[in-house]
Amino acid sequence: MFYREAGQYKTSYAADMAVFPIRQDRIGLAVILFTAFVLIPAFGNQFFLSSVMIPTLVFALAAIGLNILTGYTGLISLGTAAFMGVGAYACYKLTTWFPGVNIIVWIIASGFVSAFVGAMFGLPSLRIKGFYLVVATLAAQFFLQWCFGRIPWLVNYNTSGAIEAPERFLFGIPITGANATPESRYLVVLGVVALMTWFASNLVHGRVGRAWMAVRDMDIAAELMGIRLLTTKLLAFAVSSFYCGVSGALMVFLWYGSAEPEVFVINQSFLILFMVIIGGLGSLVGSFMGAALIYMLPIVLRLLPAALGVPIAAATVEHLQFIIVGVLIIVFLIAEPHGLARLWQTGKQKLRIWPFPY
Amino acid sequence: MTKRKTGTARRALAAAALFGAAALGLASTAREAAAQEGVYVPLFTYRTGPFAGSGIPIADGMRDYLTMLNERDGGIGGVKIVLDECETGYDTKKGLECYDAVKGKKPVIVNPWSTGITLPLIPKASVDKIPILSMAYGLSASARGDIFPWVFNPPDTYWDGLGIILRYIGQQEGGIEKLKGKKIGYIYFDGGFGKEPIPLFEQMAKDFGFELKLYPVAPGDMQNQSSQWLSVRRDRPEYMVMYGWGAMNPTAIKEAAKINYPMEKFVSIWWPGEDDIRGTDGAKGFKMINWHGIGTDFPALKDIQKHVVDKGLSKANKDKVGELLYNRGVYNSLLIAEGIAQAQKITGKKMVDGADVRRGLENINLDEARLKELGLAGFTGTLKLTCDNHNGHRSAFIQQWDGAKWVKISDPIEPMADKVKPALDAAAQDYAEKNAGWPKRTEPCDKAS
Repeated sequence: MFYREAGQYKTSYAADMAVFPIRQDRIGLAVILFTAFVLIPAFGNQFFLSSVMIPTLVFALAAIGLNILTGYTGLISLGTAAFMGVGAYACYKLTTWFPGVNIIVWIIASGFVSAFVGAMFGLPSLRIKGFYLVVATLAAQFFLQWCFGRIPWLVNYNTSGAIEAPERFLFGIPITGANATPESRYLVVLGVVALMTWFASNLVHGRVGRAWMAVRDMDIAAELMGIRLLTTKLLAFAVSSFYCGVSGALMVFLWYGSAEPEVFVINQSFLILFMVIIGGLGSLVGSFMGAALIYMLPIVLRLLPAALGVPIAAATVEHLQFIIVGVLIIVFLIAEPHGLARLWQTGKQKLRIWPFPY
Repeated sequence: MTKRKTGTARRALAAAALFGAAALGLASTAREAAAQEGVYVPLFTYRTGPFAGSGIPIADGMRDYLTMLNERDGGIGGVKIVLDECETGYDTKKGLECYDAVKGKKPVIVNPWSTGITLPLIPKASVDKIPILSMAYGLSASARGDIFPWVFNPPDTYWDGLGIILRYIGQQEGGIEKLKGKKIGYIYFDGGFGKEPIPLFEQMAKDFGFELKLYPVAPGDMQNQSSQWLSVRRDRPEYMVMYGWGAMNPTAIKEAAKINYPMEKFVSIWWPGEDDIRGTDGAKGFKMINWHGIGTDFPALKDIQKHVVDKGLSKANKDKVGELLYNRGVYNSLLIAEGIAQAQKITGKKMVDGADVRRGLENINLDEARLKELGLAGFTGTLKLTCDNHNGHRSAFIQQWDGAKWVKISDPIEPMADKVKPALDAAAQDYAEKNAGWPKRTEPCDKAS
């Protein structure tokens, strides 16, 4: 009734090919952005901002990175956490070498370091596919994690073996370090994530994205059509690692504040892979939904008994939460094997013909 | 699309919407919850995950001692302690989430119980005015109160522990100079905690002329140490030193027994518990450092049994009360309670806050008389903290597993202050320099009362 495109006429090809062709979608997006940029920082409390929103956004960015590789190009990777680590350690080294340069510049620059490392580890993807590629990226995960723990130069020879985010400013306001308020950290993370999502959206809807999807669907056919596999696959690895690297730098500098090598373990790679699979392969909005489901849901479940006044021990809640999240993941996947993004799409389709379905 | 599928999709959508609404609603209620009357002490515990074996007894000990104070004395100085457990699973992410969750409720102290969680909290402590008690773990350099006014890590650092172990090995050999030409193996958790002592260990190897062999155990491979112990069998070190945690400890003890390593030459830092060693054939003779009593033969522990365990307020099994790691938890809570009590004494206030408890902790003076007063005479050595010294660097003793229980086998051994002090100062300076803009201590120092 409310959600349909009747009466919205397209008068140009550009309007017809827009990412959001329906006006209601554009309004919805504006509402979401307004909520994220204005309402949440204005009304959200500290816990909600720093323990719910910032982590979810950071993981969503990493999930977008992995989605570019796995969802759009069809190359499965288990090295996500390691590439996030590359970004984090690169950002640490860069900002300790040149403390005068704005931290945002270094966060983005560390993405390029990660992109380079990612492209290196992407080289085997030209010869191997599927499970064999998984093993190659697994090697990247273990090798890089080993480097984080064993090369003291990476941590500036700290005896604790950890990297600490020093205090850095943006427009005179601290955004990293202990003095940064959750609001300022949240806005910086949100700004970076929103910009990079916009960029990714343009990328996957353009020539590059179509090349990726062609390779994903059948690489021999893509090659016959004139798509060069070498550049396409390596570009996918580079862009994916760029996103993961930036998300890793955001994670350490604007969320954790300090990190040990154990932060970037394989479990984190799996976590992000689950976010991508449950959110929906080959969908940007799915990356956000997957991150929200996997990261927010356990927090909500943990808070639920206390909020309702049910006295349950913290450990029991933890066990219950494992069970419930596990069951929910299975339920969602049975309801829609293509992930939450497809569920969302189906829902919108239903809404268009509501209340008179045929 | 069939009708059935439509239904499923719609239900799933409804569930998603419900979940979203719940998320928004909860976030706002999280802060207001549990603002009860009393001093709020959150306990970060881990009763789940790979480290639960060590985490459960510690959590029980911490909780039961404070509960006992509430039950027996009505709290500390007439103010109830509001306890709140937050499950971290030894995971840094969840630990930070716990910190953010409790921060709004004005905690007077936090105990992260994980080095990984302690490190990100250190810079926050001075900003949020919440002191951190990382009891014998965390950042060794934080023993320097003049640089880290908000962080406390009594009674020993990992470097002190190493000094005590080497001194003990020296005693066994008939003098520390006899270590010359010997081979000492070091099996360690290959993370921050296990790696921290290595530079000092290497320095000592040079100073005393022994050879150091390193056997790192990766965090993911804690339960698979056969290759390390194969190397031990090949290298035949005269002594083995272990810095392990969680599932690493029982595995190491089992593997050592398997290759028939002489257990009386196997010395560990203070983290293995009874459950790690009980039931392992050939584990008899294993040694470790400790600084507090085991068992329930102390008035305060008897009170825990009477006021907490017998009333069913404890989560621990009756026979676990008084075990090594349980009493470690009790020791931790003893420091919390003493910090609060001293804070009340200095400020004259009953409802103290984090800044007061920081002053209280700097004035901790657990001498024989005070320990007796608390019902813990003979439970542990004396401990005195000052503004500069947030650690104490206390002596500790060696205990040995006799097949059924721990037996104290040595007198208290002093750490090697002359070796540890320079390393500690260098590390603290280094930390302050690398974190440019590290705040200078502005908190005034209280005169010892």
